[in-house]
Amino acid sequence: MNDESILALVVLEEVRDNVSSGKAPAFYVTTKKEQERVALLVSRIIKAMVHDLENGVYILVKH
Amino acid sequence: MEGYNATILSGIILGVIARIFMLRSDYRQFPGYPHGHVTHLGLGLIAAALGAVAIPALIEKEYTAVTFLALAAQQFRDIRNMERQSLAELDELALVPRGKDYIEGIARVFESRNYLVMGTALISSGLTFATSWPYGVLAGISGIAISSYLMKGQNIGDIAEVVPSKPYFKGSLLLVDNIAIMNVGLQESRDKIIKEALGVLIKPKDDNARAILNSVGQRQAILQIAATLLGSKMEVGEPDWTPIARKDIDTGKIALYIMPIEPDILPLIKAVKMTPVLESSKVLPLKSAPGRQAAD
Repeated sequence: MNDESILALVVLEEVRDNVSSGKAPAFYVTTKKEQERVALLVSRIIKAMVHDLENGVYILVKH
Repeated sequence: MEGYNATILSGIILGVIARIFMLRSDYRQFPGYPHGHVTHLGLGLIAAALGAVAIPALIEKEYTAVTFLALAAQQFRDIRNMERQSLAELDELALVPRGKDYIEGIARVFESRNYLVMGTALISSGLTFATSWPYGVLAGISGIAISSYLMKGQNIGDIAEVVPSKPYFKGSLLLVDNIAIMNVGLQESRDKIIKEALGVLIKPKDDNARAILNSVGQRQAILQIAATLLGSKMEVGEPDWTPIARKDIDTGKIALYIMPIEPDILPLIKAVKMTPVLESSKVLPLKSAPGRQAAD
C-alpha cells in the first residue's frame, strides 16, 4: 500500500500522444499482441501489476 | 506447606488439562507446530502451578506469595509480545498475510489462555482444599467448559450472510456484483480469472456487522483464512491473483475475489463464515444512542 508508483508504460505506437513519459520508461509497440507480450514480460521481471487504461496505454504499477 | 499435596496436585493437573484442551482449537491460528505446542504447554504448566499454590500460600499466611501472581502477569504479557513478534515476522514473507489485526487477536488469545489456566487451577485447588479432590476435579472441568465457552466469540457467519457472486469484467475493471475489485491489464489474466476465479458477497446483517466488516484488518483475516483453506494461486511477482476484499461504499457489503487452487464455492463460503470476528475490529455502534438513531 505504500509508495505505489508507475514503473513503466507500454504504449501502442498509434496513441503515442496519449502519454508523456517522465520518470517511468515507455515501451512503444506496434500491435495489441505485442503490447500484451511486452507488458507480461516486463511485469514479471519487475514484479509489477499491469493495468489497462483502455486508451492503448498499459501502466505497470508496483503495489 | 505440608498436607496440601492433593490441593496443589489437582490444581496443576486440571490447569494443564485446560491448556491442552485449548491447544486443540488452534488449527487455524497455529498449524501443527510441535515446538510451539511444547512452549505453550510449558508456560501452561507454570500458570497452573501458580494458580494451584495460591490458596495454600494464603492459608499459610504467606502473603508475599501473592506478588508472584504479579510476576506471572508480566510473564504472560511477554507471551503476547513473543507471539506478536514472531507472527509479524512470518507475515512479512507471506503471500497472503494475516495482517496486524489478526495477529494482535491471536497474541491476545494466547495471553488470556494462560489466565484461564491459572483461574482453572485456582478454582480446582480451592475446592479440593475446602472439600475433597473429586469436587476439585469437577470444579476444574466446569472451569474448562466455562472458559472454552467464554473464548468462543463470534464468527463472520453469525454477523453476515455470505452468498456466491461470480466475478466479471467491465472493460479492464474486475467487478464482483457492482463493486470494483481492481484493474487487470493483461487479456490472458482476464481470461483466466473469468474461468477460475471465485467471488462471494458478504452482506452484514445489521449496523454493528457493517462496522465490523468496515475494518480492513478484519477483511484481511477473512482473505487469509480463505486462502489458507482453499489455497491461492497468488505467486511472487504475479499480483493479478492477489485475493482482495472491497466494500460497497453505499451499503457496506463486502465483495471478495480469490483465485483458489480448489475452485469450489461451498468450501469458500464455509471458510468465510468460520472466520472469527476480531476483537480489535469489534465495534458496536448500535449500543449507543447516536448509533441507533443513525441506523433507521
